[in-house]
Amino acid sequence: MAKKEYSFYPGCSSQKGASSINYLRSVETMCEDLDVQLNTIPDWNCCSASIGYNGGGELPRLVLSARNIALSEKNHPGQDIVSPCAACWLGTRESQERLNHNDSLMAEANTALKEAGLELEGKKDVRHMVEVLIEDFGYDALGAKVKKPLNDIKIAGYVGCQTNRPFGIDGESFENPKYLDKLIETLGGEPVENYDKKVSCCGGALAFSEPDKSQALIKDIIESAYDGGADMIVTPCPVCQMNVEVYQDQINAKYNTKFKMPVVYYSTLISVAYGHNAKDSALDGQVIRAKQLEEIAAK
Amino acid sequence: MSNTAMVEKYRSNFLKEVAENVEEGEWVRMCMQCGVCSGSCPMGPHWEHPPQELFMMIRANKREEVLSSSSMWMCTSCYNCIARCPRELPITHIMHGLAHYAKRLGLAPKENPTNKFSQRFWDNLTKTGRVNELKLGLSLYFMNGFVEGIKTALKMKDVGMGMLKTGRMNPLEILGGHGVKDKSGFQAMLKKAQELEAARVDK
Ligand code: SF4
Ligand code: SF4
Repeated sequence: MAKKEYSFYPGCSSQKGASSINYLRSVETMCEDLDVQLNTIPDWNCCSASIGYNGGGELPRLVLSARNIALSEKNHPGQDIVSPCAACWLGTRESQERLNHNDSLMAEANTALKEAGLELEGKKDVRHMVEVLIEDFGYDALGAKVKKPLNDIKIAGYVGCQTNRPFGIDGESFENPKYLDKLIETLGGEPVENYDKKVSCCGGALAFSEPDKSQALIKDIIESAYDGGADMIVTPCPVCQMNVEVYQDQINAKYNTKFKMPVVYYSTLISVAYGHNAKDSALDGQVIRAKQLEEIAAK
Repeated sequence: MSNTAMVEKYRSNFLKEVAENVEEGEWVRMCMQCGVCSGSCPMGPHWEHPPQELFMMIRANKREEVLSSSSMWMCTSCYNCIARCPRELPITHIMHGLAHYAKRLGLAPKENPTNKFSQRFWDNLTKTGRVNELKLGLSLYFMNGFVEGIKTALKMKDVGMGMLKTGRMNPLEILGGHGVKDKSGFQAMLKKAQELEAARVDK
């Protein structure tokens, strides 16, 4: 298969020394195996991730995404924009749709963009990394590259909010999207059936501002994974990953639970199943170590 | 425009004020009060007034009560409501829009933590074009004052150590860190967008 190229929007949390740098590393490993070339959008900026609305009004927030799309149009014509981050993907895709839907907002956005020497056409396909895997490769092609199947590992596919609503992946239902379960099966693992909290919210950015209320939500997400017999949770979103992984000690202290549930990215699972070592699969980025994956990676 | 000017301008037609000034506010007219959205918010029990109720209050001219409410600051942007609303209202955006409008008029609850966090997030990202997680985190710990800040920082110490050890946090970010190269273009663009928006609201 010929090399596939995409205009890549990594997002703030995938920067060096940021909270999902491990995600980026495993995505890069995975993409190398799939012969995918990710061309980073030069000089991209933050999308404001559904939370900048206090200081930022509608137009200022929309032009953030407009700038990224305009940069992609200029530097990577003909390439779809792809982001591994749920919030970046949603924000970019939705901003483009809203601008295309409203001529006067579009005109204003272009007036603002001119200040940065840019212009927006607004005809890019904006996609999540998971869509590239499922739509441009497909489960069979992804499965063909598995060298070390994830045998005997039971995994809860936590889809969460923003890779699910409002756009969805691969036309699946909002209530019970199956793509993570199918990916787990493709890699030889066992998905948790009827994972109760599959599409529940982890609190998103409010995990910072409303920690107690968010941790109550996170507790249910983890508990329901344990109830389904999960060894670990997999997610397609950096906010979900961080929220569900790093507060487990605080939740344990508060609720008298004994959680120690690894939470990994699909790209980590794929990298391990494709035969990579712990480092290239970014297993060293786990705050709660995924020992079963480490064992497979060391084999 | 100031709060009093807006009160003056719209008299007792808050629905019109919302439709003309709040992001996606014109959609409020389309609400049929079915209540589906209110049952969808993950932090539902903590909302003083869930979305459907806010929409009813807007129609009933409960201006102060709506704009000073902490409700819309409880929105997690989960998009449950948008996926379910039979009238396809962009409820998430209306919540963000109401929050922003309340803030703009000086009516937002000042001590609401999401109000504070959201402003810090915006300030953080607009300074360099990209979010600096370390500075954002620190400013967040200290947003309730110095003593509270130390307490929060201590409580969060283990989380921070976990991130540090796994290379997911970089203490050197405090010295500056990531940002766009074309900072002047980026900031000029935002300034222009803010001017255009202010002109539209003031009309
Ligand atoms: S779901 Fe839609 S129509 Fe129903 S109350 Fe909420 S906003 Fe109104
Ligand atoms: S997006 Fe906001 S308003 Fe809508 S259901 Fe979620 S929390 Fe409620």
